[in-house]
Amino acid sequence: MAKDNKQFYHALKVSYDSCIGCSHCMISCPTEAIRIREGKAIIYENKCVDCGECLKVCPVYAIYIEEDDFNKINNYKHRIALVPEVFFGQFPAEMSKKQISDAILAFGFTEVVEVEISAPILAAQINNYAAANPDVKPLISSFCPAIVRLIQVKFPALTQNIMLLKPPIDITSLYVRKKMSEEGVQPEDIGVFYISTCAAKIAAIKSPVGEDISLINGIINMDTLFNKVFKYLKNEKSQEPEEVYKSINDTFSGWSLTSGESSHIKGRSLAIDGIHNTIEILEKVENEEIKNIDFLELRACDESCAGGVLLTANRFLVAETINNSKVSLQEYQTLDINHYKDYITERMTIQKVKPRSMMKLDENMEIAMMKLKKASKILQSLSLTDCTACGAPNCQAFANDIAQGNAEINQCFFIQRNKEISGEITVEESVNELKKIWGTRKFINKRK
Amino acid sequence: MKKLFFEYSVEAGNFTKAGDASSNFKKVLKQLNVDPQVIKRIVVALYEGEVNIVAHSVGGNIFCNIDPKSVNLILKDDGPGIPDINKAMQVGFSTASAKVREMGFGAGMGLVNMKNNVDFLKIESEMGKGTKVELTVNL
Ligand SMILES: Nc1ncnc2c1ncn2[C@@H]1O[C@H](COP(=O)(O)OP(=O)(O)OP(=O)(O)O)[C@@H](O)[C@H]1O
Ligand SMILES: [Mg+2]
Repeated sequence: MAKDNKQFYHALKVSYDSCIGCSHCMISCPTEAIRIREGKAIIYENKCVDCGECLKVCPVYAIYIEEDDFNKINNYKHRIALVPEVFFGQFPAEMSKKQISDAILAFGFTEVVEVEISAPILAAQINNYAAANPDVKPLISSFCPAIVRLIQVKFPALTQNIMLLKPPIDITSLYVRKKMSEEGVQPEDIGVFYISTCAAKIAAIKSPVGEDISLINGIINMDTLFNKVFKYLKNEKSQEPEEVYKSINDTFSGWSLTSGESSHIKGRSLAIDGIHNTIEILEKVENEEIKNIDFLELRACDESCAGGVLLTANRFLVAETINNSKVSLQEYQTLDINHYKDYITERMTIQKVKPRSMMKLDENMEIAMMKLKKASKILQSLSLTDCTACGAPNCQAFANDIAQGNAEINQCFFIQRNKEISGEITVEESVNELKKIWGTRKFINKRK
Repeated sequence: MKKLFFEYSVEAGNFTKAGDASSNFKKVLKQLNVDPQVIKRIVVALYEGEVNIVAHSVGGNIFCNIDPKSVNLILKDDGPGIPDINKAMQVGFSTASAKVREMGFGAGMGLVNMKNNVDFLKIESEMGKGTKVELTVNL
C-alpha cells in the first residue's frame, strides 16, 4: 500500500455535515484529543490513538471510519479476504463458517483466510521472546494497535516493554503471500484485504508502527462486509455445510477475545480490556506500583475485538458464541500454515516502538516550565466545574490550551460572566466568543 | 535559572492514596518533556519514598524542585524515625507489619530500589523526630 505522506494516518474522521457539536466525543476521548470549534468536533492528530471511543458515543453517526473502495479488490487477480474470527462469531449458529465464507467469495474474493490461524505460531514465539528477554517486565502485547499508540503518546517510558513481534494479521498475511508465490502467483497479483474490526487496525495498517511496509493491500470495514453477507445468506437457501477452507470448521481459537492471548503465555499475566482500564493499569506499571507481572494483554475495547466498533452484533453475544466453540491451539497445529513456521518466525520481529509523548507543553524544557507555570496559574482562576463550554474537555485541558496559545481565557463562561459584571466586556462580546466555539446556529432564538 | 516547585502532603496509613503524589508529579514531568526513561527513574524512587511515609511514618510532606538540569526531591515525615539507616538500606530488611504485607508491601526492597534509580541519595533520621530523605536525579 502506498504509504501516506503524513506521519500518522488516522482512520477516524468527522463528517462536518452531520456533526452537531454536542461534545459527547470530546468528553469520552481518553487522550483529550478532541475540541469543539465553530460548532464542530476537531481531532488533534498527534493525540488521537484511533481507539474509537468517540465513534461509539456519537449520537448522530458523525464520526466515521474511512475505508477503501470495495472495487479496489478488482485490481488484483488473487483477492484474499483476511477475516478475523469475530466476524464469523456474529452470525447465528445455523450459519456455518463454510456458508459465510462462500458468501464472501460471492462478493468477488477468490479466497477466505482466517486471521487467527497464526495463533499457535505466535503463542510459541511470545513464550520464546519472553524467555529471551527476561529483563522486560512486564512484557506488553503488541496485539492491539490502539494500545501501542496509547503507550507511545501517554506512557512513553513503557514503549520499551512492548514485545517486538508482529500481530496475527501480519503473520497470516506473510503466510498467504509466501504460499501463493510458491504456487507461482506473481506478488503484484496478490491482493490481501483485511476485514477490519476497528479504526486502530486500519491506522496501523496504513501507517505501521515498527514496520517498514504493510503486508496488507487494502481494508474493508467489517460492518460493510457483514451487511452484504448477512443479507446474502438470509436470501440464500441454506446449503449443507462442507469443510471450511483454510481453517477449522466452526471452531474458534478465541485469540482476539479477552484472555485469548494471555492464557497461552507462561508465568503471571493479566488480561485487561477497555481503554480506561488499560490506562489505570499502565499508570501503575509505569510507577512500578505493580511488580512481578510477566505479561500484559491489553485491549482497547471492552470484550476485546468482540467489542470492535465495526462489529454489528452485540459484543457479549459474539464472545459467547466464540467461547462456546473454542478449541485448544493444539488443534490448530494441523493447519497448513504450520509448514511455514520457520519462514514466518524468521520474519516475525518488528522494529523498536518509538515514544512520541503528546503530553509535553513544549519541546524545550525551559519554555515548557514557563507554560506549566502559566497553565497552573490559569487553572486557579477557573471554575473547575469542567463544564466544557469553552470547547475543551475539562478546565485543566483548557488551561493547557491557553498556555500553548490554542485558546483564550475569554472563552470561559464563568470568566465572561464576571467580566460582564465588572464591565470589562459586553454581553455581545461574550456571545461572540461562544459562537466561535459552538457556531452561530446554537444562538438563533428558536422561540421567535 | 528557571525553577519550579511542588509540594504534596502524605497521609499515614492511607494506602488508597499512596501513589497520588507520584502520579501527579509524573504528569508534571511529562508536560515538561523530560526524557521518558528519566521520568520513570524519578517516579519509581518517589513512589517508594511516598509509600514509606504511608507505611512507616506518622505522615509527612514531599517537596519537589525542578530546574532544567535536575530534579531534587525532599521527603520529610514527623516520625518515628529510622533507628539504623544502614540496616534499613539492606536488601530485604523490613519492619513492615502483617497488615502492610497484606497490601503487597514490605519486601524490604524500597530503599534499595530508590538508591538504584537516583544520582544522589541522603537519608537523615532522628528517633522521635522524623526522617528526611533527599534525592536528586540529573536531567
Ligand atoms: N519514613 C520512614 N520512617 C520510618 N521507618 C522507615 C521509613 N522508611 C523506611 N523505614 C524503615 O526502613 C525499612 C526498609 O524500608 P524499605 O522501603 O527498603 O522496605 P519496606 O518499606 O519495608 O518494604 P518495601 O518498600 O519493599 O515494600 C522499613 O521496613 C522501615 O522499618
Ligand atoms: Mg518501602
